[in-house]
Amino acid sequence: MGELELRKMTYRDAVREGLREALQKDERVFLIGEDVGRYGGCFAVSKGLLDEFGSERIRDTPLSESAFTGAGIGAALGGMRPIVEIMTVNFSLLALDQIMNNAATYLHMSGGQFNVPLVIRMATGGGKQLAAQHSHSLEGWYTHIPGIKVLCPATLEDARGMLWSALIDPDPVLIFEPAVLYPMEGELAERAAAVNIDRAKVHREGKDLSLISYGSCLHKCLDAAVILAEKGIEVDLLDLRTLRPLDTESFLASVAKTHRALIVDEGWRSGSLSAEISARIMEQAFYQLDAPVERICSAEVPMPYAKHMEEAALPQVTTIVETARRMVHG
Amino acid sequence: MADFIMPSLGADMTTGILVNWLVEVGDQVKHGDSIAEVETAKGLFEVEVFNAGVVDQILVQPGSEEIAVGTVLATIAEGDAADVAPTPTPAPTKIAERRQISPVAHRLAAENHIDLSQIEGTGSQGVICLADIERAIGGTVREKVPHLSAEPKKTTDFKAGVRQAIAAAMSLSNREIPHYYLATDIDMSRSLRWLEEQNRQRSIRERLLPVVLPLKAVALALGKVPELNAYWVDGELQLKQAVDIGFAITLRGGGLMTPALHNVDQLSLDQLMTALSDLITRTRSGKLRGSEMTDAGMTVTGLGDLGVRTVYGVIYPPQVALVGLGKIAEQPWAEEGALSVRPVLTATLAADHRAGDGHQGGQFLDALNHFLQEPENL
Amino acid sequence: MTNTDIKIGQSLVSQEQSLHFLRQMLRIRRFEEKSAELYSAMKIRGFLHLYIGEEAVAVGIAEALTSDDAVVATYREHGYAMVRGMSMGSIMAEMYGKVAGCCRGRGGSMHLFDAEHRLYGGNAIVGGGLPIAVGLALADQLQKKAQVTCCCFGEGAMAEGEFHESMNLAALWKLPVLFVCENNFYAMGTALQLSESIVDLSSKAAAYAVQTATVDGMDVIAVAEAAKKASDTVRETGGPFFLECRTYRFRPHSMFDPELYRSKQEVEGWKQRCPILSLIQRLKKQGWIDDSGLEEMEQEIATEIATAVDFAEQSEWESVEDLSKFVHSDSGVN
Repeated sequence: MGELELRKMTYRDAVREGLREALQKDERVFLIGEDVGRYGGCFAVSKGLLDEFGSERIRDTPLSESAFTGAGIGAALGGMRPIVEIMTVNFSLLALDQIMNNAATYLHMSGGQFNVPLVIRMATGGGKQLAAQHSHSLEGWYTHIPGIKVLCPATLEDARGMLWSALIDPDPVLIFEPAVLYPMEGELAERAAAVNIDRAKVHREGKDLSLISYGSCLHKCLDAAVILAEKGIEVDLLDLRTLRPLDTESFLASVAKTHRALIVDEGWRSGSLSAEISARIMEQAFYQLDAPVERICSAEVPMPYAKHMEEAALPQVTTIVETARRMVHG
Repeated sequence: MADFIMPSLGADMTTGILVNWLVEVGDQVKHGDSIAEVETAKGLFEVEVFNAGVVDQILVQPGSEEIAVGTVLATIAEGDAADVAPTPTPAPTKIAERRQISPVAHRLAAENHIDLSQIEGTGSQGVICLADIERAIGGTVREKVPHLSAEPKKTTDFKAGVRQAIAAAMSLSNREIPHYYLATDIDMSRSLRWLEEQNRQRSIRERLLPVVLPLKAVALALGKVPELNAYWVDGELQLKQAVDIGFAITLRGGGLMTPALHNVDQLSLDQLMTALSDLITRTRSGKLRGSEMTDAGMTVTGLGDLGVRTVYGVIYPPQVALVGLGKIAEQPWAEEGALSVRPVLTATLAADHRAGDGHQGGQFLDALNHFLQEPENL
Repeated sequence: MTNTDIKIGQSLVSQEQSLHFLRQMLRIRRFEEKSAELYSAMKIRGFLHLYIGEEAVAVGIAEALTSDDAVVATYREHGYAMVRGMSMGSIMAEMYGKVAGCCRGRGGSMHLFDAEHRLYGGNAIVGGGLPIAVGLALADQLQKKAQVTCCCFGEGAMAEGEFHESMNLAALWKLPVLFVCENNFYAMGTALQLSESIVDLSSKAAAYAVQTATVDGMDVIAVAEAAKKASDTVRETGGPFFLECRTYRFRPHSMFDPELYRSKQEVEGWKQRCPILSLIQRLKKQGWIDDSGLEEMEQEIATEIATAVDFAEQSEWESVEDLSKFVHSDSGVN
């Protein structure tokens, strides 16, 4: 019974539990990244792990995103199961060559000879007044690349469970952790079943509108859904969870039920993941639609620092509610 | 002043492409004149005008735009050409606005033969949305009649379009119409003998085909039982005045169409033969008129050419009856205690039991038989 | 193998070893000459970067490596593929784009991979292979495997951040990487002195506390000896070593390069120092080979190449149905 008891913890704790569990389960697993050891992780995710697993397995790196990400790829090729932590998605741009030109291509380029069993974690998203260089939501960019999988855990369960599923995948998996979610509190069982990394999850069922989202925006959608329900609008709320490959089947099934789709994506609108989802709905569920697909995305500006400006730039609950009402009631 | 609009040639025709005007501003037109050519998924149609007068304005120029059904294409002024001063301004080239219909509403309307031109959109900015169609299926919106042909999907493949139209109409028929079937054997000795005599006096080109006899007889029998020349719409029977009979014509590429022969009861056999030949030719070349697609009050289908004895047909909604004609074949025939061999036609009636009952059908087949025994009066 | 014979620039290693060096260099030279011909005949497409002039480096380095060691190379890697033991047929078929190629025609000339011979590419992003080599060595260190990862790159890569990041990591974590800089003095068309503030390349590596050496890359015996010393150091210390081999490519950067950036005289000058010709002269002087012996060797190599071309010609094209294979492991056959 004890195993099923729910414990209070934060999203940050859940990620740490996932890391600890992976390090315990498999000797080949090690964590490598900037300030993951002595500092305890920029977001305190890996706090305490250095003492538990030692500096070989909790490995601080110099500020060399390209080299330590590439080293992760090399170590994966050499038989290890590295977890590379890139402090934030913004810095991942310095490692983009390694991710795109090496991690994503080796298997194909080598005609199937060399797979890269690598996990890369990074924080993503705005909402913390960190301004234009520390607030990107670039996970949508990464979904453009064949050869990698892209995950975004929005719940404690996924924050803990997705890591192991990613580690046993034979190919590179990128996990984007929305930074605003680290302090989010919730309850989690001592031990939970493994989570899949190929299906979207329905958080609410409803007949009036499909609300499709992921990451931190999922929580804004959950709030919006409560308000909408009070107004008599029942939304089907989907957490995509895995952004590449997309679980197209799930959102098409939802659209077939509701005939209306609203996508909420913190990325910029142009060339975004939301655009891809919208296109797939047009291509595969056009004759199910009773209204144009709509999107709520971040304003197309570099993220401003001032709080009111940042709030105006990001998708918000009120916008979701208003848009959903307009789509359903005209 | 009357409007000449993009017609709905089938329940599922929501748009058409105006290919060509056959008239110019100032031309005198009369009821039934073909004045425009319209391209649809099913082919090119000549569209008739239903008002007499003078073409006053041409509002839409030919092009490749899909134009919504109901869009005003031209206006027709009453009176003679002499009375109407030519319009000085050139015709505007404005393309009609397309009605906004949500994709799912569009699909559901097509599946249920809902005439979108009769639906008021309640969605944002007047868009016809799913709820509007669901209400219409529920019966609060009257379907416009008639609509024999369906056009579920825009397709450049004519054959596929025809097949889809048949599929939609026949599915609807079998789903909604409780058919009953009656058959009768008709001794064709007199009719064929009379026809032979008639044809002997004619050149090959002028000869009558046997099919015109039962066709005319059907028209006259409908005069006796007018309840079978009717439409069943929203739970009520609407009798038709004119005796326009749909005649099933097989297309060369496969599929069939059932265009109407107008006022068959009033045509002589020679006129009927001419009309039938013309109709077959135009059907197969895709040159039907709009009214021919929509006017039939009942349909006759014959499969005797293929040796079929008895035809159990499927009614074209919203019609209520269909007559099937089998092969005229020699059969043993017992009459007044003596056995002989006679040319026999098996005529069947498929009828809508909602609209009438077997007694009515029996009267109709009896009348049909009666008229075929007096070919000289056809 | 008797290393005691080595006297750089003066003497030779054993006769057997010397003839082996010659054969390997000739194999690369003739194979690439044939490749150029086949490129012009449009049998080979894409980019084709030839190694002609630089053969002594790959051949000499190979002598210092075991079959357990790993090699990470660049897009000018035909020579490394051959000295690692890959067959000419699998390389030629790869360049033809045929399914019998080492990467089933997915890679081409720039991306030769071979798991059996531990060749990890064929990397066509300058500097992109260095972090991979660091990671392979890290895996060896963590798994306590006494293997060396040899990472070859041109001097152009030393202007990339990845060189500096990788050198730092390898030194910081004491990783067993043998960094081999093939300094052919041109990064594509940009001369060394136009791209580096310090042209003494070893000093850059030395700045990261990495042991270094510089050797004449036109002398296969010198390269072999320097590589042996370098790899021995890596094996002994477990840490990295930086070896600069000064060499020269005789042909343009790639097939479509008019060579506007260097003079014919300069190229001719370097050709006088051709690693193959100079080795032949020395072997003849020593009496270890004569014209007929050389002719016999050329004939054997010509036959090997002809067989490889035949093999490539006769190989099948991969079915287009397999296009999406090897994007993810579960979609492939391996």
